[in-house]
Amino acid sequence: MSLQGQSLYAAREPIFPRRVSGRFRSLKWWLMALTLGIYYVTPWIRWDRGPNLPDQAVLIDLAGRRFYFFWIEIWPHEFYFVAGLLIMAGLGLFLFTSALGRVWCGYACPQTVWTDLFILVERWVEGDRNARVRLLNAPWSATKARLRLTKWTLWLLIAIATGGAWVFYFADAPTLLRDLVTFDAPPVAYSTIFILATITFIFGGFMREQVCIYMCPWPRIQAAMMDDDTLTVAYREWRGEPRGKGKNRDGLGDCIDCNACVNVCPMGIDIRDGQQLACITCALCIDACDDVMEKIGKPRGLIDYLALSDAPREAAGMPPRPVWQHVFRTRTLVYTAAWSLIGVALLYALFVRADIDVNVTQVRNPQFVTLSDGSVRNAYDFRLRNMHGEDRPFRIHVTGDPTIRAALEGTVYESVEVPANETLQQRVYVTAPQSSDPASDEHTEIRFWIEDLVSGERVYHDSIFTGRG
Amino acid sequence: MTMADGKKKDEVTGIETTGHEWDGIQELNNPLPRWWLWTFYLTIIWGIGYTIAYPAWPLVSGATAGVLGYSTRAEVAAEIQRFEDQNAAVSATLASSDLALLSPSDPAHQFGVAGGASIFRANCSQCHGAGAAGAKGYPNLLDDDWLWGGDLEAIQTTVAHGIRNETDPDARWSEMPAFGDILSEEEIVATAHHVLSLSDGDHDAALAAEGATLFADNCAACHMDDGTGDRQQGAPNLSDAIWLYGGDLDTVVTTITNARFGVMPAWGQRLSLADVKAVTLYVHQLGGGE
Repeated sequence: MSLQGQSLYAAREPIFPRRVSGRFRSLKWWLMALTLGIYYVTPWIRWDRGPNLPDQAVLIDLAGRRFYFFWIEIWPHEFYFVAGLLIMAGLGLFLFTSALGRVWCGYACPQTVWTDLFILVERWVEGDRNARVRLLNAPWSATKARLRLTKWTLWLLIAIATGGAWVFYFADAPTLLRDLVTFDAPPVAYSTIFILATITFIFGGFMREQVCIYMCPWPRIQAAMMDDDTLTVAYREWRGEPRGKGKNRDGLGDCIDCNACVNVCPMGIDIRDGQQLACITCALCIDACDDVMEKIGKPRGLIDYLALSDAPREAAGMPPRPVWQHVFRTRTLVYTAAWSLIGVALLYALFVRADIDVNVTQVRNPQFVTLSDGSVRNAYDFRLRNMHGEDRPFRIHVTGDPTIRAALEGTVYESVEVPANETLQQRVYVTAPQSSDPASDEHTEIRFWIEDLVSGERVYHDSIFTGRG
Repeated sequence: MTMADGKKKDEVTGIETTGHEWDGIQELNNPLPRWWLWTFYLTIIWGIGYTIAYPAWPLVSGATAGVLGYSTRAEVAAEIQRFEDQNAAVSATLASSDLALLSPSDPAHQFGVAGGASIFRANCSQCHGAGAAGAKGYPNLLDDDWLWGGDLEAIQTTVAHGIRNETDPDARWSEMPAFGDILSEEEIVATAHHVLSLSDGDHDAALAAEGATLFADNCAACHMDDGTGDRQQGAPNLSDAIWLYGGDLDTVVTTITNARFGVMPAWGQRLSLADVKAVTLYVHQLGGGE
C-alpha cells in the first residue's frame, strides 16, 4: 500500500454558517417555531375523557397498552392504525421528495431543526461567522472560556428540555414533572432523558452535518426518489458562469464569486458544484444569493428552486416549463393516490369500529362434557372488550337450536359487567338436553348474541356446538 | 496525472486517488471522517470490557464467569423471587381464607384460580388431563358428578388428603368388595343388568329383575336402593349418565367381579396450603362446582 502520505481519515472541518435573512429563512423560522412548539407543548394539552381515563390529549400508555390521541383511543389489537400511519408517513416522504426534493431534510427533520436552534444559540453567544472563526483561532483566555461555557450550558439546557419533553408523552405530564423534580420518577424516565439529552447535545452541537452525511440513510435513498422534474435547490450555471470578482463584467457571468452561498451553508458545501449528497436543500443559499443579486442590480434567482429538466431549455434562452407541470406528473399523482387511499381506509376503519369487541373461542379440550342427566355441554371462552369510559353490562344469549341454553360461569345472571376500558374473560356454557339434535349430532351451527345493555348495541359471533356425533 | 508532490488526482472529479489502479480503474480517496474510526476503536474497547465484565470466553467446560458475577439463571431466580414476594400478601390471604366465603371478585380468589390453573397443569394434568376431562378411571372434573362431593370444602379435602393412599391417614377411603369371590358369574351378570337398568342403559328386563334382589342384598348398603350412591362413602351414583370406567355390560361385569381401586396422592403433603386452596378454586370453577 503506497498512500504517499495521504490519510484515509479526515478530521471534521468546522463550519460557521453566516446569518442570513430572506423568505426561506423566515419560512424556516416559522417552521422551527411550529415543530418545536408541537414537540414541547403537545404532552401538556388536556383532553377530558371521563373519570376512568387519562386526561392527557396525546399519551402512549405502555403499561396499560393504550394509545390516546385526542378523541381516538387505540388498543393493541388496532395496531394496524399505527402501521397505516407509518405507511402514510413513508408515502408522504416519497411524494414530497419526488415533487420538491429533500424538503424534509431542509425544513422539518429534527436534526435540521435542532441544529438550526443550536446555531442560533451559538451565534447569539459568540457572534456571527467572522467572530466565531476568530474565537476558534484565538488562544484560550477567560473570555473564550466564558463564551464557550455559556454556549455549552445553553445547549445543555435545550438538550435536557428535549429529552425531558419526550418522556412526557409516556406518562401524565404534570405528575411526571413533579416526580422528576422531587426525584420520585422511575429510573427509566431519568435514563431516557439522559440518553436523549446526550444525543441532542452531541448531534446538535458537534456532529451537525456529519449526521446527515455519514449517519443518515435518507441521502442515499432520496437519490432514487428524485428525477429531472423534481424541483430542487440548484445553481443556474449558464447564467452565473464564468464567475469572477470585480467591477468589469466583460465575459463574466452573474456570479461575482462572493462566496455568500458557501458562507451561509450549514453543510459547508458549495451549491455551485451541482447536486450533491451533502446538500439538504435548506434554501439558505437562495436567500444569500438573492440578497447579493439585489445589491448588484441583477435579477434574483441565480440560485433557485428549479427542475433539472429545465436546465437545457433555460440555457438555450427558452422559458422554463410551468411549475405545475413539474409537480403534477404520474409519479406524484400515484403517490398522492396511494397516500389518500390508505388515509381514507384508516378513517373508514376508525368510524365504523364497534365499541364492543368480542372474541369467542370454543374450548376443545375436551370438545364436550356429558352431564349426569345425559345432556351435552360445550364451553366457550369469551373475551369481552369494553372500549367505553364507564362500566358496561353485556347480555349473552345463544341461538341456532331451540333446545340449547347458554349459562355464564360463576353467575346465575344472563349478563356480565365489564369494567370500563378493560377486557374481561368469561366462560360461557351451552347445554343441549340428552335426546336433542345438538346433543346427538356431530356439529350444530350456533350464534352468540352479545348486547350492550346500556347502548343497546348488539353484535354476534358464530360458533359451533359439538355433540356426541 | 501525477502531481509534483507525488500525489495523484482523478481528472474528472478532481479528487485525489490512493494511487491504486486496476485495469485503468483508479481508487478515489474520499477519506472517512476520523470520528468514525474512533467509534470503531471505542466498540473494540467496549467489547473487551464487556467480555471481562460478563460471562463470555468459552472454556473446556463452561465459560469465564465475568467480574460482575452476572448469570441468567440467577436473574431468573431473582425474578421468580420478586413475583413470590409480590404475591406473598395475597397468597397469605388465600391460605387463611374460608373458600366458601371468598368472593369471586376478591383478588385472592382471582389469584387462586390463575395460580391453580398452573398448579393443575404441573401436578394434576398427568391423570386428569390438561383440560381436566379425566380419562378412564380418572374422574372428569368438568361434569356435575362428584364421588366425594363437589363443593369447595369437599374438593379441598380430596385434594389435600387424596384417595385410598397409604401416606395420609385422613385420605378418603372406600373399598368395594370384589364380588367375584362372593357371587357366581350368573349372579354378577344379572346384577350388572340391573345396574344398567338404573340409568336406562341396554339391559335384559328378566335378568335385571333377577339382579334387583341381588343388588338390594349386596350393593344397596353403599349405592342405595335406587343406585344414587352415597358421597359420604364415596359410592358412585349408578343411575346417572356418567361412568368412571365405562357403562357397557362387559365393563360393569368386570367392575363388579374385581372391584376398582383408584388412588390419588395426598397433595397436602406436597403443596402448600395456599396452593391446595388455589387448585381447589380452579377445579371448582371448571363447570361442575357446587
